Amino acid sequence: MPWMSPLARIRDALAGQRARDKDLRNLVSNLPYEGLDKWKQPNRHFRNNGIKTTKYSVLFFIPMNLFEQFHRLANLYFVGLAILNFVPVVQAFEPEVALIPICVILALTAIKDAWEDFRRYKSDKKLNRLPCFVYSSKEKCFVEKRWKDVRVGDFVKVESNDIVPADLLLLYTSDPNGVCHIETANLDGETNLKQRRAVPGVCITVSNTDILLIIHAVIRTGCLGFSHPDLVLKQHLVYLKGGCTVRNTGYAVGFVVYAGHETKAMLNNNGPRYKRSRLERRLNIDVIFCILLLFTMCIIGSLGHYLWLESMPSVPLYLVPQTDGHLDTPSLSSFYKFFSMIILLQVLIPISLYVSIELVKIGQIYFITNDLDLYDEETDATIQCKALNITEDLGQIQYIFSDKTGTLTENKMVFRRCSIMGREYPHKENECVRRALKMYIYKIKILMFTKSLPPNQQETEVILDQKLLRQIRGTEKIDAYQDFFLALAICNTVVVSMATAKRLRSNPLDTLSSLVRRAGSWTRLRAPITSETSANDLTTQGQSVNQTGGQTCSLHVPPQGTAPAVPAGKLCYEAESPDEAALVHTAKAYGFVLMSRTPDSVTVQLPSGAQLRFEVLDTLSFDSNRKRMSVLVRHPISKQCILYTKGADYAIMELLETPYGEKQQKAIASDTQQHLDCYAKEGLRTLCIAKKVLCDGEYESWAVQRQHALAAMDNREQLIMDSAVQIETNLCLLGATGVEDRLQDSVPDTVMTLREAGIQVWVLTGDKPETAVNIGYACRLLEQDDLVINMSCKSKVRSLISNSQRKFPLYPEVRRYSEDPRNVDTTPDISLVIDGRTLTMLMSPDLRDRFVDLARHCRSVLCCRVTPLQKSEVVKLIREKLKVMTLAVGDGANDVNMIQAADIGVGISGQEGMQAVMASDFAISRFKHLKKLLLVHGHWCYSRLANMIIYFFYKNAANVNLLFWYQFFCGFTANAMIDHWLMIFFNLLFTSVPPIMFGIMDKDVSAEMLLGLPELYRTGQGKGEYSFFTFWISMLDAFYQSLVAFFIPYFTYRGSDIDIYAFGTPLNTISLFTILLHLSIEIKAWTIVHVFIILGSVTLYFIVTLAYGVRYLNYSGYWTLQAQMVDPMFYLVCLISTVIALLPRYLFHVLKNSITCSPIVEARHLDTLEPSTRDQWIKEWRSFRGRVQDKTSDVSASPPSELKPTQSSSELNIRLGLVLFCHI
Amino acid sequence: MQKKENQEVENRPDNTAFTQQRLPAWQPILSAGIVIPLFVLVGLAFIGIGVALFVTSRNLHVLEVWKNNLLWLNMALYVFFSPQGPVFFYYGLTNYFQNQRAYGVSKDYNQLSGDLDYFTFFFSIVPDSTCKPYRYDVNNKPIVPCGSLANSMFNDTFNLYQMKNGVKEEVPLDGKGISWWTDYNIKYRNPSVNPLRNAFNGTVKPLYWSKPAYELDPTDTANNGFINQDFLVWMRRSALPNFRKLYRRITDGLPAGNYSLEISYNYPVIAFDGKKKVAFSNVSWMGGKNEFLGIAYLVIGSLCLVMSVVMLIIYAKFKFPEED
Repeated sequence: MPWMSPLARIRDALAGQRARDKDLRNLVSNLPYEGLDKWKQPNRHFRNNGIKTTKYSVLFFIPMNLFEQFHRLANLYFVGLAILNFVPVVQAFEPEVALIPICVILALTAIKDAWEDFRRYKSDKKLNRLPCFVYSSKEKCFVEKRWKDVRVGDFVKVESNDIVPADLLLLYTSDPNGVCHIETANLDGETNLKQRRAVPGVCITVSNTDILLIIHAVIRTGCLGFSHPDLVLKQHLVYLKGGCTVRNTGYAVGFVVYAGHETKAMLNNNGPRYKRSRLERRLNIDVIFCILLLFTMCIIGSLGHYLWLESMPSVPLYLVPQTDGHLDTPSLSSFYKFFSMIILLQVLIPISLYVSIELVKIGQIYFITNDLDLYDEETDATIQCKALNITEDLGQIQYIFSDKTGTLTENKMVFRRCSIMGREYPHKENECVRRALKMYIYKIKILMFTKSLPPNQQETEVILDQKLLRQIRGTEKIDAYQDFFLALAICNTVVVSMATAKRLRSNPLDTLSSLVRRAGSWTRLRAPITSETSANDLTTQGQSVNQTGGQTCSLHVPPQGTAPAVPAGKLCYEAESPDEAALVHTAKAYGFVLMSRTPDSVTVQLPSGAQLRFEVLDTLSFDSNRKRMSVLVRHPISKQCILYTKGADYAIMELLETPYGEKQQKAIASDTQQHLDCYAKEGLRTLCIAKKVLCDGEYESWAVQRQHALAAMDNREQLIMDSAVQIETNLCLLGATGVEDRLQDSVPDTVMTLREAGIQVWVLTGDKPETAVNIGYACRLLEQDDLVINMSCKSKVRSLISNSQRKFPLYPEVRRYSEDPRNVDTTPDISLVIDGRTLTMLMSPDLRDRFVDLARHCRSVLCCRVTPLQKSEVVKLIREKLKVMTLAVGDGANDVNMIQAADIGVGISGQEGMQAVMASDFAISRFKHLKKLLLVHGHWCYSRLANMIIYFFYKNAANVNLLFWYQFFCGFTANAMIDHWLMIFFNLLFTSVPPIMFGIMDKDVSAEMLLGLPELYRTGQGKGEYSFFTFWISMLDAFYQSLVAFFIPYFTYRGSDIDIYAFGTPLNTISLFTILLHLSIEIKAWTIVHVFIILGSVTLYFIVTLAYGVRYLNYSGYWTLQAQMVDPMFYLVCLISTVIALLPRYLFHVLKNSITCSPIVEARHLDTLEPSTRDQWIKEWRSFRGRVQDKTSDVSASPPSELKPTQSSSELNIRLGLVLFCHI
Repeated sequence: MQKKENQEVENRPDNTAFTQQRLPAWQPILSAGIVIPLFVLVGLAFIGIGVALFVTSRNLHVLEVWKNNLLWLNMALYVFFSPQGPVFFYYGLTNYFQNQRAYGVSKDYNQLSGDLDYFTFFFSIVPDSTCKPYRYDVNNKPIVPCGSLANSMFNDTFNLYQMKNGVKEEVPLDGKGISWWTDYNIKYRNPSVNPLRNAFNGTVKPLYWSKPAYELDPTDTANNGFINQDFLVWMRRSALPNFRKLYRRITDGLPAGNYSLEISYNYPVIAFDGKKKVAFSNVSWMGGKNEFLGIAYLVIGSLCLVMSVVMLIIYAKFKFPEED
C-alpha cells in the first residue's frame, strides 16, 4: 500500500461514511480499475461480500464476553459479593474462595458462548468460501472466485440452481425474454418460482450470445445510479436478493449493488426470539422472596452480633481487635457483620438456578426433538424447537387458536365439483376412484413397508366428469364452458417448469437460524446437482429455443398440425397456493393445458391441440381485502381485452353486472349460489370464476390510472388496490368450483383429546361460515348435540351497534342456561360461530368484555372470514382478558400475526411455505403431533421443571440454614463450621447434577397414560404444581430439615470437646443425605441413570472430602472426616438426623398418595399395572365415559341429531338477529 | 436409489430406549401399604440402637466441678465411682467463643509447622498478617507463635491428690495422647534446631504467655514447643461456646474416695462472663456419657412403630380401589 498521510486517510474514511449513509448509491463498475491497489478502487467504501456473524474475535474473546455477561444483573450481584469479600472487615471467606462460584458460572457461560460463536464462525467460513463467477476484464471471461471476494460493482454470473451471492441488479439472463426464475425458499420459505426480468434497456441492446457486450455497454454508460429505498428499486429495476436460488434459467448476470452485511437477507436476519415463560416469571417473584428472606436473616445476624457484643462485661481474650489494637464499637461491628452475613448466606439466592434451568431446558429440548412420534416420514422432518426457553409453557396451555387450512386440513387441494353457467357437475366418479386409489396405495405401503410413493400423484389426478367432457367436446366455438376453463388456466400465478428439471429442494425445516440453514442447504444442494446441471441446461436451452419459435408466430393461432413442443404430461406447475394448482390441473385434465407463463404472456393449449398465446396486460394480484385476483389478457384471435377474475364467492357475487331484463344471468347467479351453499355444506372450498370484456378505450383510460398508481411514492398499496377495485366491476359469472381439502390424519381424535385435556380449541379461518362449520363437525370441534350459536350480521348494523351503549343481551341468557343447576346433565355444550364482520363489532371496546365472557362459556369457537390481523387481535384479547396461556397454530403467512401474538406459536410446515414456521416457537409437520407435544412433553416439561425449581430453592435453603443456625453459637460472627472449599464444592459438585437430571428425566406418569387420560393435562393448567403454596411448603420443609440437621448433632455433641470441623462434618454429611434422599422421594421413576447419579454424588462427596482432608496440611479440617469415619457416633448421628429430617415429607407423600386421590396419583397406580391390563382399563374407562355422554343426550330427548344443531342455532340466530336489528 | 433412501430418513431420530425416554424404570409409589413394613423395621432397629446407646451411656460416669468461686484454689472432691479403664480429666469453659472466624484464622501455619523463615521479621510479609494485632510486639519483634488463638492459650494447671488416711498422695496424670494423632505427628512441627530455644532467637513470646513456647514442657523434648500437647489441644478450636477440653488422662482409673484438687488459677474469665469447670469421665465406644442420642433413638423408634399402626388403619380405610 502506498504511503498516505493520516489526514488523507481520515478524509477518505469520512467520505466513505458519507457514501454509505447516503440514500442514493453511486456505483461504478470495478472493471476499469481491476488490478489497481485498494486506494484507487471507486467502490472501496462499500463492504465486500464477506460476512461475519460471529460476536467475538479470538484475541478479545475474554474481555468482550465478560463485558457481555456483566450486563446480567445476577452476575453483577455475584461479582459485588466477591469484591465485598476482599474488604477485610466484612470478610466471611478467604477472598479467593468467594471468587469460585462466579468464576465457574462465568466460565460455563463463556464456554457456551464460545461454542455458539465457533459454530457461527464455521458456517460463515463455509459461506464465504462458496464459489461464484465474477467477470474479469483481464481474462475477458468469468473467473471463479469465492463469495467473500465479491465486491460492490462486480459483475456476477449465477448459473441455474446456484445461489445468488449478493444483492444483484439483474442485467441479463440466458432466457430470450430476459426472464429469470428464482426461488426464495432460503429467504422467506416460499417455494414457488418467481419471475424477475432483467433491466430492459440493457437487455435489448445486446445480442443474445455475447454477454460481454452488456458489460461494456454498462461501462460505457458510466455510473449506474439509483436511490436506496427498496420501493423505487422494485419499480424501475429488478434485482436478485442474495440468498435466493436461480431456477429454470441457464444463467443470469447481475451487477453487485449491496454485498455482505448490507444485503437484504443479512439485514432481515434477526437472532432467535427470546420469550420468558410464565414459570420463569413466577420464579422471579420467589427469588425476590428469597432476597427478602436473606435480608431478614442478615438483619437477625447483625442484631444478634450487636447484642452479643453488648452483653460482654469487658473485652475478653478471644475478641480479636483491629490491626491498630482497638475494637470497633458494637454498632459498627454489627453493621459490618450484616455484609459478612450476606456473603456467607448468598447461596440462598439461587443464582446457579438460572444456569441449571438452561441446562435442563436443553435436555428437555433434546428429548422433544428426538421423539420418534413427532417425526414425519413423508417430509423427513422432526419437530423443531426454535424458542429454547418456553418448553414448560407447553404444559399449561388453556386455549388453542388454530388455523383451518393446512393446519387441520392437508392443504392438498383436490378438485371435486364445479358449476358452470348454473349447471352442476358433481364428478361422482372422482370420489369413488380416489377412494379406491387410496386403499390401493395404503395396501402397497403395507406390503412394501415404505412410503416412497410420490405424494402428489393422487392429488393431481382428476377423474373427468363425462357429461362435462361431452359438453366441451361437443362445441368448437368459444362459449362459456371454454371461457370457464380458460379462466382456470389463465387466472392464476402458476409458473410452469419442466418435469425433467425438477428441483431438488432442500428441507428448510431442520435447522435453527436462517444462516445455518443457508449454509446447510447449500452443501446439500450442491453435491447432487453438479452432475445434472449440464443435462438440465440442455433441456432448458432447448425449451427456450422452442419457445422463441412459438413466439414468432404467436399473434395468430399456430397451424393445427404443430405438435406441442413438450408433451403436456411433463409440465410441472409451481403454484403459490394449492387451490391454484388444483384448478390448473383440472383445466389441464379437460384439455386446457397451461403451457408457459412469462410476465407478458400466457400460452394455453386447447383441447383441439391448438396453442393460444394470450398477451397479459396486467395481473391484479390477490389480497385479503379484495379476496380475489384478476388477470387482464388480450385474446390473440378476437383481440378483445378480457378480465378473468377468481375469488371468494361473496367477493364476486357483489360485483356481478345486473343487466336489466336479462333473466338468464340472474338465474345463473342464483343457481350458482345454491350450488355454492351446497358445496360449503359439504366442506368444500368454493371459488367463483367470472369474466369481463373491456373495450379498448375503457382499458386504455384505466391503464393510465394504473401506471399512475404503480409509480406513486406514497400510499402506493392503497392506490394499487383502488385501481384494481375500479376495474373489477360488472363481472359476468362463469361458474364456481368446489375444491376439497381433506382433514389431516387423526385430526378429530386430536381435537377431541385436546378438549378432554381441558383446552379450549378455537378455529380462526378465512373460509366462509358454512365450510368452516362443516369442517368443524368433521374434526369434532362441534358435536351433533352442541348448541351452536351463529352470530352474523350485516355490515350496515356495525356502526350503529358499536356506537350504542346498550348491553349485549345474549350473554346473560347463555349464562343462565349453562348455570342453571337443572341443566347440568342436559345442557349440550355451547359452541359459537362468528363471522369476520361480527367479530370486528364484538372486538369494539364496549362489547369485548361481554364477548370474552360469552366465549368463556363456549366449549369451542369458530371464527370465519377473519383477516390475519383479526386473528392476532382475538388471541391478544383472550390472552389479556382471561390471563390464560394461549397457543396459536398455523401454517401460512396469514397466521404469522397470530403465532407471534400467542404465548406459544406453533408453525406447521405444510404446503404454504415457511413463514409460519419461521415465526413460530415450535415447528411441527402434522397437526396430530400437537397431541403428544402438549399432553406428554408439555406435561413432563412442566412438571419436571416446576419440581426441579422447587427442589432447588429447598436445597439451597436447607443447606444455607445450617450456617444460619450456627451463627447463634458463634456470636453471629459469620463463621462457618464447614470448610469453605467444601461448602463451594457442596453446591458445585455434590448436589448440582441430581436436580438437573431430575429436571430432564423424571417421569411422573408414563406417556401412554398421559395420552390415554388427557384429563391429566389439567394438573398443569392455571397454577399447576408450581404455586405460591408449594414454594412456601418447601421452604418451611427446608427450615425444618436444617433445624433437625443442626440440632440433633448439636445436642449430641453439646458440652463435649469436639472441634469446629469435626462438628461441621456430620452436619454437612447429614445435609447431603437429606438433600439427596429428599430428591429420591421426589423422583417418580427410577432408571439406571438416576441410580448412577445419586450414588455417584454420594461417592464423590466422600472421595473429595477424604482426599481434601489428606491433601492440605494447613487446611483446618485436616484428617477430620477420616477421624469421624472411625467413630461409630458419626454414623449414628447421621442416621437418626436424616431419618427425622425426612420423616415429615415422607409421611406427607404417603398420606397424599393414600388418602387423597388426585388424578396423577391414580394414573401412577395404573402405571404400575401390566401394560395390557392398563390398556384394557383405559379402554373401559373411555367407553364408560362415552356412555355417560350418550346418556346425557338421551336425557335431553334430542330430536334426531342431525336436526338439532340447526334448530337450536336458528333459534338463537333469530334472537340475536332481533337484538341486533332492533337498534337500527 | 440406495443413497436417496438414506437421505430421506436422515433426520429420523434414533430409536433407542434413552432418546425415546423408555428406559426401564422403577416407579415406587409411597403409599400406606408399602411403608408399614418399613416403619416396623426402622422402629425396631432404632429401638435396638437406642437401648444399646442408653445402656452404654448409663454405665459411664462423669464428675463435673464448677469453679465459680475464685477463691477455690484448693478443692476437696469426693469420687464415688470407680470406673473401668482410664479416666479422662477435662477442663471446661463456658461462653468462650473459640469459633469466631477472626479468632480462628489468627495464626501462622508455617510457623507452627516449624518453618524458621516465618519466625523472623521480614518486611512485614511474615509472620502471616492474619496474626494482627498479635504479630509484633511494641519493639517490632515478631511474636512466635503469633496470633490471637495461641495468645489466648489456657494456662491454669491442676494437681490431683488422693487423700489416703489423711495423707495426700499425688495421682499420676498422663499428658500424652490427649491431642489428635495427626496434630502431634504431622501437622505441627518444631523447627529442627537443637536446642529448641535457639530457633526462637530474636522473637518474643506471646503477650499473655508466662513462658516462651520452648519452655512449655522443659522436661520432655517430645512435648515441648509447638508439639506440646496442651498447646495442641488448645489450638484445636472447639465448635461451641460451652466446651471442655482434655487436660490429662488418668490411666489407672480413679478409685472411689476423697481427693484434693490444687488449681493454679491464671486464666481470666470475668471479661466474658464465663465459668470454668473440671470434669472427670470415663469413655466407651460411644465417647463420653451422652444420654441424648439414646433417648432420641428410643423416641423415634417408638414413633415409627406408632406410625406403622396409623398406616395400618389408613391402609384399611383408604385402600386403593382397583375395582373402579
